[in-house]
Amino acid sequence: MSETILDMKDIVKSYRMGDEDQVVLKGVNLVVHKGEFISILGPSGSGKSTMMNIIGCLDTPTSGTYLLGGRNITDQSQKQLARIRSKEIGFIFQSFQLLPRLSARENVELPLIYAHVPPQERKIRAEEMLKKVGLEEKMNHRPNQLSGGQQQRVAIARALANNPTILLADEPTGALDQKTGKQVMNLFKELNQEGNTIIMITHDINIAKYANRIVNILDGNLFEGDVNYA
Amino acid sequence: MLRENIRMSWQNILNNKMRSFLTILGIVIGVTAIIALISIVQGVIDESNKQFVGMGTGRVTVQAFGTPLKQGLSFNDIESLSQIENVTGVSPNLSFNSSVVKDGNVVEDVVIEGKNEVYFKTTEDVISRGRVFNILDMESKNKVVMIDTELSESLFFGRDPMGENIIINGTSYSIVGILNDESSDDIMSMIDSSSAPNGKVIIPYTTAMTMAGIGNIFTIEIIIDDTNFMDQTIDKIESVLNQAFNFKEDSYNLINLDSLLDMMETLQGMMTAMLTGIAAISLLVGGIGIMNMMLVSVTERTTEIGLRKALGAEPGSIQIQFLLESIFLSLLGGIIGAILGLSITYIASDIIGIPFKINYTAIFLGVGFSAAIGIIFGWAPARKASMLNPIDALRSV
Ligand SMILES: Nc1ncnc2c1ncn2[C@@H]1O[C@H](COP(=O)(O)OP(=O)(O)OP(=O)(O)O)[C@@H](O)[C@H]1O
Ligand SMILES: [Mg+2]
Repeated sequence: MSETILDMKDIVKSYRMGDEDQVVLKGVNLVVHKGEFISILGPSGSGKSTMMNIIGCLDTPTSGTYLLGGRNITDQSQKQLARIRSKEIGFIFQSFQLLPRLSARENVELPLIYAHVPPQERKIRAEEMLKKVGLEEKMNHRPNQLSGGQQQRVAIARALANNPTILLADEPTGALDQKTGKQVMNLFKELNQEGNTIIMITHDINIAKYANRIVNILDGNLFEGDVNYA
Repeated sequence: MLRENIRMSWQNILNNKMRSFLTILGIVIGVTAIIALISIVQGVIDESNKQFVGMGTGRVTVQAFGTPLKQGLSFNDIESLSQIENVTGVSPNLSFNSSVVKDGNVVEDVVIEGKNEVYFKTTEDVISRGRVFNILDMESKNKVVMIDTELSESLFFGRDPMGENIIINGTSYSIVGILNDESSDDIMSMIDSSSAPNGKVIIPYTTAMTMAGIGNIFTIEIIIDDTNFMDQTIDKIESVLNQAFNFKEDSYNLINLDSLLDMMETLQGMMTAMLTGIAAISLLVGGIGIMNMMLVSVTERTTEIGLRKALGAEPGSIQIQFLLESIFLSLLGGIIGAILGLSITYIASDIIGIPFKINYTAIFLGVGFSAAIGIIFGWAPARKASMLNPIDALRSV
């Protein structure tokens, strides 16, 4: 088995609602190895986004331990979390989240700016990533000059730019039609075959099936393999 | 990173040109007001100070009304005044109108002024040509005269009047000098000359007294050597005058331009403080405008902030980006205000007729103020942006 890059033990996330604690993640365990392509599959309200926020170091768990790339993520300052995100995580969002005023290339350069990559190198890396997702012709287009599928490719190029430990995608096909969704999923497969580790969050079993491994989330608990939920 | 922050902040200002412009309007107006008002007030006061100095600082004008028994100042009184420590000399002012004749040409209502040698020693550029009077002219009551170009034109029609004779009040006078039209003059003759449409001549004051048939002088100017001891010297002058008029009240009047200048300086200080106060208030209002806009901007760009954070932006970096934006906005306002303020000063100076001078204090004040406002009022919104929770920020779509 290859190197472990993510190791979650007994992760609990609860929110204080009035007098009561609402427990959203109820002692979750998850181990991810380098080069895996995992889907986290679950219905609405099951805790998928909460899970993704913790994996993506946007949030810290209430209890439990979370090791990412051998580093303990619990009890880190906002500043340290930002640095970890910059280095370890490439986010891909359902609604692409591109900055409308910036060109495709400039959007891809954004995470490189925060990683303090010098301008010349930034440009080269961004162009390289856009080529990889098949957008070498659209480098200077703005998001509104691109189709949904193309926009999501820009977002994927952006996520790849810093060569992160994990590509973390939240419903990446949610805003796309079936055909474009398929194309994006095939791109994911390709990227995985090139060695990228991917964690994808979805409620759609057909999308989840593109992954090599499906983890079900149901009411704050994780289950490996096929689960029948009515 | 700082370079990137500067670029991004600037880009964002440009992206919202209209809104940015409206936001900085308050600062623009405030800075324009500071620079224009302070510069213009300063310019006007400098200029009038200069004119006062030209009219004679270091001079005390005495109007001697005298008493029923003794009208005006005698030669002895003038002599006593000239003997006072720190007094350079005494220059009598004597003026009346008379007709002047040359070869049958008569000019009515010419202003005749009587002056002594002290006047010419202490006043610059009285004549453009010829010679000034000396003490001998006074003592021998010489029939010499200086005429202005106005009268020269009326009597000589462009011929050179030097050395010619004119007749004043039946007596022939020899022309020894031509008065300088541009002469910066003492305060009394300045008032006089404005009412001398037919021209003006100057003759020795002793000669003038004989012509007017008077024995005493009613107006004199006392020239002070060192203005640092003005007050002491004035005390001594007053004691001589009191003795001359037997301590009678209201028998004379002292006009002292130096104390007037002091007063104007105080006035200027007060004006500047007041204007700065008003401008500071308008800058404060401008600052609140910027803060408001920045808060709106933070709210509007919540998702963007969340995204930047997800992509690895540290809170400090976000804070700097927003802080820079507000500093740029207010500095931009400051610079536009400075340019406008200077333009207004330039135009106003031209209209009022004072020289245009760039007032660096005012510019420094205006631009410095606006930068400070950018920092002060940008701080809270920038801090708010940096503290935004990226999860909440990204959820808001
Ligand atoms: N900040 C919060 N405060 C309180 N409760 C929260 C908070 N965030 C999430 N929850 C609760 O946690 C549960 C799981 O939410 P989560 O957003 O993780 O679901 P999800 O699986 O992503 O759902 P969906 O597919 O609809 O996005 C929900 O019941 C939600 O109400
Ligand atoms: Mg969700």
